[in-house]
Amino acid sequence: MSVDSAKVRAIAELARLAIPVDQEVSLAAELSAVLDLFDALAAAPVDGLAPLAHPGDPTLRLRPDVVSETDQREALAAVAPAESAGYYLVPKVIE
Amino acid sequence: MSQDLDTVGGQLAALASGASTARALTERALARAAQAQNSLNALISSVGTEHALAAADAVDVNRAAGRAGALTGIPYAHKDLFCTAGVATTCGSRMLEHFVPPYSATVHQRIEDAGGVLIGKANMDEFAMGSSNEHSYFGPVHNPWDTTRVPGGSSGGSAALVAARVVPFATASDTGGSIRQPAALCGVTGIKPTYGRVSRWGMVAYASSLDQAGVIALNVEDCARVLDVMSGFDPRDATCTDRAKIDVDSALQRSLKGLRIGRPRQWFGAGIENGVGAAVEAAIAEYARQGASIVDVDLPSSDYAIAAYYVIAPAEASSNLSRFDGVRFGHRCADPKDLADLYRRSRSEGFGREVQKRILTGTYALSAGYYDAYYRRAQQVRRLIANDYARVFADVDVLAGPTSPTVAFKLGAKLADPLALYLADINTVGVNLAGLPAMSLPCGFSEGLPVGLQLVAPTWREDLLYSAGHGYQQVTEWHRAAPPTTSQ
Repeated sequence: MSVDSAKVRAIAELARLAIPVDQEVSLAAELSAVLDLFDALAAAPVDGLAPLAHPGDPTLRLRPDVVSETDQREALAAVAPAESAGYYLVPKVIE
Repeated sequence: MSQDLDTVGGQLAALASGASTARALTERALARAAQAQNSLNALISSVGTEHALAAADAVDVNRAAGRAGALTGIPYAHKDLFCTAGVATTCGSRMLEHFVPPYSATVHQRIEDAGGVLIGKANMDEFAMGSSNEHSYFGPVHNPWDTTRVPGGSSGGSAALVAARVVPFATASDTGGSIRQPAALCGVTGIKPTYGRVSRWGMVAYASSLDQAGVIALNVEDCARVLDVMSGFDPRDATCTDRAKIDVDSALQRSLKGLRIGRPRQWFGAGIENGVGAAVEAAIAEYARQGASIVDVDLPSSDYAIAAYYVIAPAEASSNLSRFDGVRFGHRCADPKDLADLYRRSRSEGFGREVQKRILTGTYALSAGYYDAYYRRAQQVRRLIANDYARVFADVDVLAGPTSPTVAFKLGAKLADPLALYLADINTVGVNLAGLPAMSLPCGFSEGLPVGLQLVAPTWREDLLYSAGHGYQQVTEWHRAAPPTTSQ
């Protein structure tokens, strides 16, 4: 098994997820099974092939440098779970 | 002669002749939705009866005043990942359970501008991650052909609503098969257009280089008419391409005679159910009878498609879903003790297990030390797969084969073995990796359950799908078969 509980905790920390301790073992097994699936990639004849990140290899489109969006501050703030006077509220960061 | 009020074409004819009104069709759809809800669980976010009827009345006024658009008066449902201003958009997740977006997706705006009447938002696998619609926070959707079975996913609600004749069309999205596979399992027609044909603006993201919006309806012509409304350049989506629209009428009129159909050997490999293989072979034989030429072709890199997809899609998802942090929108945990606690608990309370598993998979694939072996290599395989398709399309117009290797399976049957569920996408993910247009249409039954025929065309050649699909539906009746649970 390629992933153990310690690895699950480490990845969960990177992904900012709180995995309950009682789920670490089962998730480790499931993730290991998925990673085993990935082993198929090792056999693929890809030497010298450029990675394809996006269908059609698009180029970034440019637009005229003019204002196109209007002020949506109030509408966007209204859907925040905690907001005051146009600011998002978070727990105290600096002691 | 009884009036066909189940299809978009039939409803438009009834509206144009004055035989029906948007209000009458909307009332009919709402009544059917209410009747089907207990058995199917296909709708999650409500628009509200009064809101829907008011919208219907408004478009009736427009039609009377000579201002009818392409879909004026047609009731429909959105997969619940299209943002609808003022109407809840949950993405099948607790994370967005109470989210009412302040803006509308381009897809929604275009259908509204064309006169469509939204009646509700369709259930789906959470954040479009799943192939059985069992990963919805709001409970599974049931297949109208057999309510003990799954409808497929992730657009299971959209497919079930159309199959049950609640609405004549529903929007959907396809990242690895999420339009085609549920369309196949529910016996309806679904099209996933070329990547870049339809704007993704306002569509909640899963894997941005794969996600593409499309349509589920009862026949190819309806899909083509609705997709025509949805598609087109949108400056708000940098990947939405400025291409000429498809000439739908001429594509629908083209004969099957002389059409070159490729039959990929790899799509008929181990794991395909006998009844599915037989129905698909019979459909291909029908094409031959109609004058199409059939050739066997090879897509040798198909063996790597599932692995590449389940690296790339979760990698993109882990990045996309980092925006859900309990700060700007969505679920926020109670009494966070610090910022890290706010992030972690909000996300783990808001996301279901499958979503968290894919975020973890993607995070792992992108982490230092594994990036080259997994993510970079998967992208190289992606090019290999795209090259395979480009090579076969030098010799054929479309590819044909089974959409799904199986018919609809029992609810819960594959939950214990998640990899078995991933393999449900074996014939569909390659198309997303290559960005091609593809369609699933009903082509028969196996054990009393619908079988889907998948057609794939070269980039930007949806017209070939329309010709091949519509031509088939002109000489067959499979797309007219209605499930026994249909409310009549």
